[in-house]
Amino acid sequence: MDAQAIIDKLTPLVPGAAFEAASSVDFATLYVPAGQLIAACQALRDSLNFEVLVEVTAADYLPRAPRYEVVYHLLSVSKRLRLRLKVRVMADGTVPTVQSVYPAAGWLEREVWDMFGIVFDGHPDLRRLLMPEDWEGHPQRKDYPVQIQKAAQTYAPLEVSQEQFQANLERDRVKRTH
Amino acid sequence: MAQADHTHGLDHELPILTSTVEKVVNWARQSAIWPAQFGLACCAIEMMAMVASRYDVARFGAEVFRGSPRQSDLMIVAGRLSRKMAPAMRRVYDQMPEPKWVISMGACASVGGVFDNYAIVQGVDQVVPVDVFVPGCPPRPESLIYGIVQLQQKIARSRM
Amino acid sequence: MSDIRTETMTVNMGPQHPSTHGVLRLVLELDGEIIQSVIPTIGYLHTGIEKTAEQKKWQQVIPLVERMDYLGAQSNSLAYALSVEKLLGLEMPQRVKDIRVLLAELQRIASHLIWIGTHGLEIGAVSMLFYAVRERELLLNINELIAGFRFFPSYIRIGGLREDLPRGFHAQVQEFLDRFPGKIDEFEGLLTKNDVYKRRTQNVGVITREHAYAWGLVGPIARAGGSDYDVRKYFPYSGYETYDFKVPTATEGDVYARYRVRVAEMRESLKIAKQALDRISPTGVFACDDTRVVPPPKDKVYSEMEALIQHFLIYSQGFTVPAGDAYVPVEGPRGEHGCYIVSDGTNRPWRVKMRAPSFMAIQALPTVVQGGLIADVVAVIGSTDVVMGDCDR
Repeated sequence: MDAQAIIDKLTPLVPGAAFEAASSVDFATLYVPAGQLIAACQALRDSLNFEVLVEVTAADYLPRAPRYEVVYHLLSVSKRLRLRLKVRVMADGTVPTVQSVYPAAGWLEREVWDMFGIVFDGHPDLRRLLMPEDWEGHPQRKDYPVQIQKAAQTYAPLEVSQEQFQANLERDRVKRTH
Repeated sequence: MAQADHTHGLDHELPILTSTVEKVVNWARQSAIWPAQFGLACCAIEMMAMVASRYDVARFGAEVFRGSPRQSDLMIVAGRLSRKMAPAMRRVYDQMPEPKWVISMGACASVGGVFDNYAIVQGVDQVVPVDVFVPGCPPRPESLIYGIVQLQQKIARSRM
Repeated sequence: MSDIRTETMTVNMGPQHPSTHGVLRLVLELDGEIIQSVIPTIGYLHTGIEKTAEQKKWQQVIPLVERMDYLGAQSNSLAYALSVEKLLGLEMPQRVKDIRVLLAELQRIASHLIWIGTHGLEIGAVSMLFYAVRERELLLNINELIAGFRFFPSYIRIGGLREDLPRGFHAQVQEFLDRFPGKIDEFEGLLTKNDVYKRRTQNVGVITREHAYAWGLVGPIARAGGSDYDVRKYFPYSGYETYDFKVPTATEGDVYARYRVRVAEMRESLKIAKQALDRISPTGVFACDDTRVVPPPKDKVYSEMEALIQHFLIYSQGFTVPAGDAYVPVEGPRGEHGCYIVSDGTNRPWRVKMRAPSFMAIQALPTVVQGGLIADVVAVIGSTDVVMGDCDR
C-alpha cells in the first residue's frame, strides 16, 4: 500500500487532515502536521490495524528550517505493512506525545528529548534518560561537539537537599531513643 | 665440639623453610586474586569466556568472581566506561578493601577505544589507579590471562 | 496491633550487579518480598555511537555499529548494510545472500547460547554457563576463521562481504552443525524438565501478545505470547523467502515459554544454516559488482589504472550515498533490529539510528514484574535477554 492510498484511508478519519505523501525507497512515508499527530495515530491503530509502534526518532537538519524531523515507524502485523510518519518541528517547537495511544512511546520520546531537546507536550516524565541527570546540552544536535574536554566526575551528586538530610537525621535520632 | 643435632631426637630432619615475610605474603596475595564482577560491555563476554572451561582462569588463582566488591581484590574494568557510570565505578573501587588492584581490560577502558566522544571517559585511569592495561577490542582471553600473570609478577615485586 | 507502622522498603539493584545483564540500575520498592514498583535507570553504557557514526565514512561505521548489540554483532552490521544498500539500490548476488544468512543464523545461535548460559546462571543452574560457552567457542572459532577476530568480524560490509571464504570453512561449519543438535538436547536435559527451573519460571513474568505489541516488543518475547511475527517471514530480506523453516511460538507468555521458544529457535537456525551451507560454493563471488562501492581485486589495482583510481577513491574519500532515508529491519536474536539511515548525498551519514529491542524490553519491565517477587525480576530480565549495549547505544 503506498503513501497516497494510506492518506486516502486516513483523511476521513482525522478532522482537518493535511497529510503529505513523501517519496521513499522502502515503505510508505507521510508528513503529518504536529497538531494532528495524536488523532492520526489513534486512527492508524484502531481503524487501520497498525498495532505496533516500532520506533520514534528524530533527525536534525541544522542549516534548514524547520530544523528537526521527528520520525515514527509503525508496523501492522495483521496487514503486513510498515509506515513512516514524519513531523516537521521548528527549532524550539514542540510535538504532542503519543504515549496515550502507544505506551511504547514513553521512553522513546524521552530519548528524543534527551538527545535533541524537542519537548513533547503532555509527556508525564520528560527527563534525562541516557545522559546523566545533571547534563547540560543535547548531544545529538548538530551544533554539539562530538569530542568534549571534561574531567570524569567521580562522585555521585547528593540526591537529597540539605533540609531533607537534616530532617532524616532528626527522624532517625528520635526513633533510636525507644 | 659435638655436631649439632638437627633431628632433635626424631628420625628425619625438621621440615622448616626460611623466607622473608614479604615474599610469603606476596606469594599468597598473587596466587589467589579474586576479581570483582565489573563487566560493563563486550569485554565482559570475553571475561566470561576466560572464566569458562576453555581458558579456565581458575588455574591462575582467580577461582571465583565475587559479586560483592568487599570480598574481592581485583577489579577488572571490562568495557567502555561512560560518564554516567564513572561515579558508580569509583564507589565500587572505594568499597574494595586493601590491598587492591585494577586491570583495565580492552581499548575502551584503557584509552577510550574507538569511541572518542562526549559520552565515554577516555581511559579509566582518570577515575581509578590502574596497574595493568590489556589492549584489544576485545582482548582475547589469553591476553587477559597474560595481564593477570603480569599483575601477579607485579605483586611479587611489590614491597610491603 | 493497629499502631504498627509499616512502610515500603526501597532497595537499589545498582548498576554493578551480577544479575542485571550489564549496567542497569533498578530501584525496587518492596513490601516485604513483593514488588510495588520498579524504576529502571539506563544510560550507564551510553556510548554516543550514533553521533560518532556521523563523523565516519559509510563503510567505517560498520565496526561501530557492531559494538552496539555485542552479542548479535553480525545482525547489527547486516541491518546497517541492508539499509545503506537499499538507499544505494544495490542487489546482492545469491551467494552473498546465502553467506549472510548463514552468518546471521550462526550469530543467532551464539547469542542464544550466552542467553541460556547467563539465564541458567542467574536462576541458579551455574553449570549452564560452562556448557553454553564451550559451544560458543566453536562458533567464535568460525568467526576467527573468516575474519581473524572472534567477536566483531566486520565481515558483512556494504556491497557484500569483506573477502572470500577461506579454505576449511565448510568442514568447520559442518562439524559444528553435526555436533550441535546433541548439545541442544543436553541443555534441554538440564533445564526443560527440571522441577526447580519450572517452578522458578512458570507463570512468572507473563507478557501477552497485546501487551507486547502495545509496548513495541516484537521478537521472541511476542512470539512466546502467541504472535507469529518474524521479520524473516513477514518482510523477508537477503533471500530468506527461499529457505524452509518454521517460526516457533508459544502461548503462555511466561519465562518458561520464552525459554522454549528460544531453544526451538536454535534448532530452526541449525536447519537454516544447513540449507545455506549446502548452497554456498567454496569459492566464488563475494560482493556485488558495483565498482563505486566494492574495491577492485588487488591484482587489478597493481596493473590497471582505473582499478587503481577506484581503489584510491574508495579508501580515501569513500563512496557517496544518494540523499534520502531508509529502514530495513532484520530479525536479530532479540527481536526486530533495524537501522534508520538518513543520507544527505555525501560520503558520511547524516543520521544513523539503531532500533534497539532491549530498550523496549526494559521500558516494559515495570509493568511485567509488578506484584511479583524479587527473584522473579532476575528471571524476567534474563528471559527478555536484554543487552545494555543495545539498549543504551
